[in-house]
Amino acid sequence: MTWATVLSFIQGVASGAIRSGASIFYAALGEVIVQRAGIVNLGLEGCMLVGACAGFIVASRTGNPYVALLVAAVAGGAFNLVLGLLVITRRANQLASGLTLLFLAYGLTSILGADYVGKRINGLQQLSIPLLVDIPVVGPVLFQGDVLWFTMLPAAGCVWWLLYRTRWGLSLRTVGESRVVAYASGLSPRSLQYQALFIGGLLGGVGGAQLSLSYARVWIEQMTAGRGFIAVALVIFASWHPVRAIAGGLLFGGAIAFQLQLQARNASVSPFLLDMLPYVLTIAVLLIWGRNRQYQMPQGLSSVFEGTD
Amino acid sequence: MAEVMPAAADSLAAPQPLIPGAVDGAVTGWWRSPAGIAVARFVTALVLALIGFAIVLLLQGRNPVDAYTNMFSVTLGTAFGRSEVVVKAIPLMLCALAVALPARVGLVNVGGEGQLYLGAWLASGVALTFTDLSIWVLLPLMLVASIVGGGLWALVPAVLRAKGWLNETISTLLLNYVAVLLVQFFVFGAWKDPKSANFPQSPQFVAAARLPTFGAERIHAGLIFALVAVAVMFFILRQTRWGFEMRAIGGNPEAARRAGIRIGTYIVLALVIGGALAGIAGFGEVSAIQGRLRPEISPGYGFIGFLVSWLAGHNPLLVVVMSLLLGVLTASGDSLQISQHLPFASVNLLMALTLVMVLVLRGRAQEATR
Repeated sequence: MTWATVLSFIQGVASGAIRSGASIFYAALGEVIVQRAGIVNLGLEGCMLVGACAGFIVASRTGNPYVALLVAAVAGGAFNLVLGLLVITRRANQLASGLTLLFLAYGLTSILGADYVGKRINGLQQLSIPLLVDIPVVGPVLFQGDVLWFTMLPAAGCVWWLLYRTRWGLSLRTVGESRVVAYASGLSPRSLQYQALFIGGLLGGVGGAQLSLSYARVWIEQMTAGRGFIAVALVIFASWHPVRAIAGGLLFGGAIAFQLQLQARNASVSPFLLDMLPYVLTIAVLLIWGRNRQYQMPQGLSSVFEGTD
Repeated sequence: MAEVMPAAADSLAAPQPLIPGAVDGAVTGWWRSPAGIAVARFVTALVLALIGFAIVLLLQGRNPVDAYTNMFSVTLGTAFGRSEVVVKAIPLMLCALAVALPARVGLVNVGGEGQLYLGAWLASGVALTFTDLSIWVLLPLMLVASIVGGGLWALVPAVLRAKGWLNETISTLLLNYVAVLLVQFFVFGAWKDPKSANFPQSPQFVAAARLPTFGAERIHAGLIFALVAVAVMFFILRQTRWGFEMRAIGGNPEAARRAGIRIGTYIVLALVIGGALAGIAGFGEVSAIQGRLRPEISPGYGFIGFLVSWLAGHNPLLVVVMSLLLGVLTASGDSLQISQHLPFASVNLLMALTLVMVLVLRGRAQEATR
C-alpha cells in the first residue's frame, strides 16, 4: 500500500464521517434538548424519517432544496408534538409511545413516499470557503460541504446558549430534573416540555432531511436505518451536552464512513459484517463511557430508564 | 415517581381478576364495569384509527371503502384468509409474550425481531447440518436451538441491564439490526443455496425438518407452542410466588429489593425467557412457513408483537385476542399492496394509529392495572 492510497483512504473516511455523521449529529442535538426536559424520545427515528420524506417530496415538487429543508424541520417538529400529546398530556409510557410513533412514521412515510421512490432531486449544493479550501489535505475536508455542514458548530453553540445562558434553558433543565420542583417554583412543565419536543423535532427533521437531501439524494423506505436510535444513545455518550454531541456525531459518522471506504476498496471482509459496525460500536461506546455518565443524567429521566415511570 | 405508588400498592394487595373489574361488573352491568369501559374504549380507538387511516387513503386518491372492503373480505371472507390470519397470529403471540413477560418487571424489550432472527438462524443451522436425523429427533433439536438462539440474543441486554450498565431498550433495539445482518451474512455466504443463483436463501430443508401443519392450510404446530406459552405464563403470573414477585418489582423495584427479592435474577430470566419465545417464533417461520432460511422471514413480527403486547396491557390472555386482530391487519397488508398499489409497510400506519388512539384514550389511569 502506497502513501497516497493511505492518504486518500483517511481523507475519504474524514469527509465521509462528516457527511454521514451530520444527520446523527442534528438528531442528537435535538434529543439533548428533549432529554434535558425529562423526555426520552425513541420516536426520534420516526421523526427523522418524517423529515427525510417531507424534505424529499418538497424538493422533488419545488426543486428548491432549501424550502425542502425548512418544511422537513417543521414536519419533524409537528410530528414530535404527537408524542407530546401521548406522554405529556396523557402521561402514557414514554418508551412505548416513542416506538409507537416510530411505527406511525414507518407507515405514513411508506405511503406518502411511495410515488417518489427512484425519483431524482436537486440536493443541497456543495459550498466551499474560498482560499481555505485550497489548503492541502485538510482544506477539502473541513472547508467544503453543504449548508448543513457549515451550520453544525453554530447550531451546537445556539443550543448550548439556549440551555445554559437563558432563563428559558434554566427553566427547561429544572423541568428535566424534577417536574414537581419546577411546578412548585411557578413554571409550567407541560408547556416547557411541549416546546422542547417541538424544537427537538425541528432538529430531528433537519437530521432526516440531511439524509434525503444531501447524503443519499434519494428516498428509500426506512432509509434512516437506526440512525435515530444511535442518536438517542449518543445523547448519553455526550452526557446531555450539546457541544459534545458533535464529537459523537463524527465518531459514528466515522464508523459508517470507515466501513464504506473498506467496501469501496473491495476489502475481503463481508459487507454484512461491516454494516454491523455502527450498531455494535454504539453499544460498546455506551458500555465504556455511558456507565460514568449516569450521575450526569437529568433526574427526571432515571425513572424512565429504570422502568418505574 | 411518587404518584405511581398507590396504584402499584393496590395491584399487589389482591390477586387481579381475569379481566380488571369483572367482579364489580356482575353488580352494575358489564358495560358500566371497568372491563366494559375498556372494551368500549378499545372499540372507539379502533374506529378512530380506521377513520384516520381512511383519511390518509383519501388524501392519496384511494377509495377507503374499496380498500377496507377488499382488506376484510380477503382476510375474513374466505376460509383460506381466516387461516392466514391464524398463521400470522402465531409469531405475533410469541413475540408479544417476549415483550409482556419482561414488561412485568418493568423492562421494555424491543428486541423481538432480532431474537426471532437468531432463533430462526440457529434452528436453520441444525436443519442444514443434521440432514439424516429422524423427524422425532430433528424437530426437537431445532426447537432447542431456536430457544438457545433467541435466549442468548436477549442474554446480553439482560446482563447489561441487571448490572445497571446499559438500558435494555437501547441495546435490544440496536441488536435487531445486527441480527438481521447476521442472517444476511449467512444466506449470502456460507449457507447460500447453489441452485438459487439470484435469490439469497439457504437450501430447502429436508422433510424431517418441517413442522407439521394442520390439514391443507399453513396453520402449523407452532400454534400449540404459542398457546401453551400463553397458558403457562398466565398461570405463573397469577398463581405463583414468581408472578407475585415480578409484579412487585414492576410496581416498585426499590421496595422489592428491600423486601429481599432478587431483582437481577428476575431481570435476566424475564428477558431471556422472552427472547427464547421470540426465538421459537423464528423456528416456526423457517420450519413450517418458509422451509428454508431467507432474509425476509418476518414482515416485522417482532415489532408488531410489541404493539400487540401494549394493546393487550401485557395480559397473556388478551395477547391472544390482540394477536388475532393485528394478524388480520398483517395479513391484509398484501391486499393493500395488490388492490390499492400501496406499499406493504403502509399497514404499519393503521396498527400504530390504533395504539396511539388506545394510549390517548387510556392515558395514565389504566397503566397501573396491567
